[in-house]
Amino acid sequence: MSDRIFGAVGVLLAIGFAFAALAIEESFLSDAVGPKAFPLIIAAILGLSSAVIALKPDAAPEWPSLPRLAEILAAVVVMVLYAQFLPVVGFVIATAFAATYLTWRLGSGLIASVVTGVGTSLGIYVIFHLVLGLSLARGPLGF
Amino acid sequence: MDTLASLADGFAIALTWQNLALALLGCFLGTIMGALPGLGPSNGVAILIPLAFTLGLGATPSLILLTSVYYGAMYGGRISSILLNIPGDEPAMMTCLDGHPMAQKGMAGQALSLSGIASFVGAFFATWGLIFLAPQLVKIALLFGPAEYFALFALAFMTLGGVSSTNQAKSAFAAALGLGLAMIGVDTQTGVPRFTFGEVHLYDGLDFLVAIVGLFALSEVFIFLEHRHGNASGDAAKVKVGRLTPPMSMLKETTPTMARSTVLGFIAGVLPGAGASLGSFISYSMEKRLVDQNGKTFGKGDPRGVAAPEAGNNAAAGGALVPMLALGVPGSGTTAVLLAVLLSLNITPGPLLFTQNPDVVWGLIAALFIANFMLLAMNIPMVGLFTRVLMVPPRILMPIVAMVSFVGIYGISGSSFDLLVMIGFGVMGWVLRKLDVPLVPIILGTLLGNSMENNLRRAITIDNGDWFTLIDSPLSLVLWAIAIIGFVLPLIVGRKVKAQMHQNRDEEGAISD
Repeated sequence: MSDRIFGAVGVLLAIGFAFAALAIEESFLSDAVGPKAFPLIIAAILGLSSAVIALKPDAAPEWPSLPRLAEILAAVVVMVLYAQFLPVVGFVIATAFAATYLTWRLGSGLIASVVTGVGTSLGIYVIFHLVLGLSLARGPLGF
Repeated sequence: MDTLASLADGFAIALTWQNLALALLGCFLGTIMGALPGLGPSNGVAILIPLAFTLGLGATPSLILLTSVYYGAMYGGRISSILLNIPGDEPAMMTCLDGHPMAQKGMAGQALSLSGIASFVGAFFATWGLIFLAPQLVKIALLFGPAEYFALFALAFMTLGGVSSTNQAKSAFAAALGLGLAMIGVDTQTGVPRFTFGEVHLYDGLDFLVAIVGLFALSEVFIFLEHRHGNASGDAAKVKVGRLTPPMSMLKETTPTMARSTVLGFIAGVLPGAGASLGSFISYSMEKRLVDQNGKTFGKGDPRGVAAPEAGNNAAAGGALVPMLALGVPGSGTTAVLLAVLLSLNITPGPLLFTQNPDVVWGLIAALFIANFMLLAMNIPMVGLFTRVLMVPPRILMPIVAMVSFVGIYGISGSSFDLLVMIGFGVMGWVLRKLDVPLVPIILGTLLGNSMENNLRRAITIDNGDWFTLIDSPLSLVLWAIAIIGFVLPLIVGRKVKAQMHQNRDEEGAISD
């Protein structure tokens, strides 16, 4: 069943891609092929292979249970927040929070997670910023 | 003789303190990454690329660092195979079969050192193979025009699924998806924006490094979260390592095995779409058929069963560099990632690389030799250190992987937008791995898409818009024929090999070498 849905999504994607390719505005200066032809070939392959996947599906994979799925979703949310807050609060603070969260969700105790998270953040800061001179996001506190 | 002179020049480049230090660092990190289940050569190299750039390393030093990681990971994978019966990376899968039984018999130390020696033999002779084969391939490639290049790219994509492919339709889907992603951005020939949906960030196209790190490294973090594999996968400390040198008789017994496996592995590596996993697989099965017809000793701790896959996968790792350097078309995941390094440094791999940037090529090859000796030295006496690394639990390791990925990508562009794109690729990688869609063709598509299109358009423009120019020359006809055979053949014979190869790998093993 998973493959049938996947194939159907793939076909839709291919159709969307083809329409987007047709919508490309050609400039008055163009070569013999133009900017549309290759994307259209790709859309055709994408559509064909998706159709084959939908028609001849493999055995369905084992999808995670709902709580596990929520787990991944939560991790994604945390990472998105991390990306947004990184320039605002600075590298060390943002990373400490994100690393603590991930460590905690992978099964460490609360205190151990905080220690690991702060350690990871400071460790990366020391190695990459202080030793190797990489520029990391600067927060209001200067780190 | 020309070759040897170039090699000598290469050594002159590689033997600076900085390059030696980078090779040593790369070997060390590579061995650790190979040994840790969950980190393999492709994602190991992937998370280090952005760092190599932001540190401002030049082309040769970056490549030396990253290929040392690649070779190191090939060595390191065997450690957890032998001690824990869990392959540290996919190519080390076959080493479990005889390596772990040897460890159970109390011969862990001998298995580790023997496999270290086998790895060295495989990698050492494969590097020589690279030296002699790559220039020959370059001579052929110099005859290629745009039409032939287009056929060559098509060949690479069509054979990438290879004999071990689970589902050719999914390989084709992955390739088309990657090519489609490469189309995003301003068209190089006419200057019109394509698939950007008005988003200014997308005008430059997607940075393929962002895609690689997301697909390879972040998706691994999601896999671990899904299963909550938080604890170390086993207790490596409990296994008694024992004597660390194999007896002479064992070495003597395994010498012919290593020789045969090196040759086989190298060939498997050079062929498109094969890579190190296949190299170790065919070496092992061939050796089993040859010396143990009745199935008496293989699988029960036969030293030859340890030497064969290790020599095979390391030889294949060297072989896989041949098409990447000589043609600019990688045949495996990690070489695709290495290609990304070259492209980001504005170096176009392919036949011209050997004439335009001989310092890069020969410096790299010399560094491979040096790295190999370092790895041998590291992997036998210091193997105890690496076994201790195995005890770092993923609940500590995986957040570090995630954070280092973020640091690297942010370091390149300093933009949160790229981080969001990377997270998107991470989620996509996770879903696709669940659905058993290979990730390597996606990467290859994003890397090669633009140059594939340019060659197509150049070929047709030269011939005044005649599409038949694509199949006009005998050379391109041959390439198309190989491509079609390579795509159709696995549909017929692939099932059997695939079934055997996938017997003992984990479910989401879509990350290959």
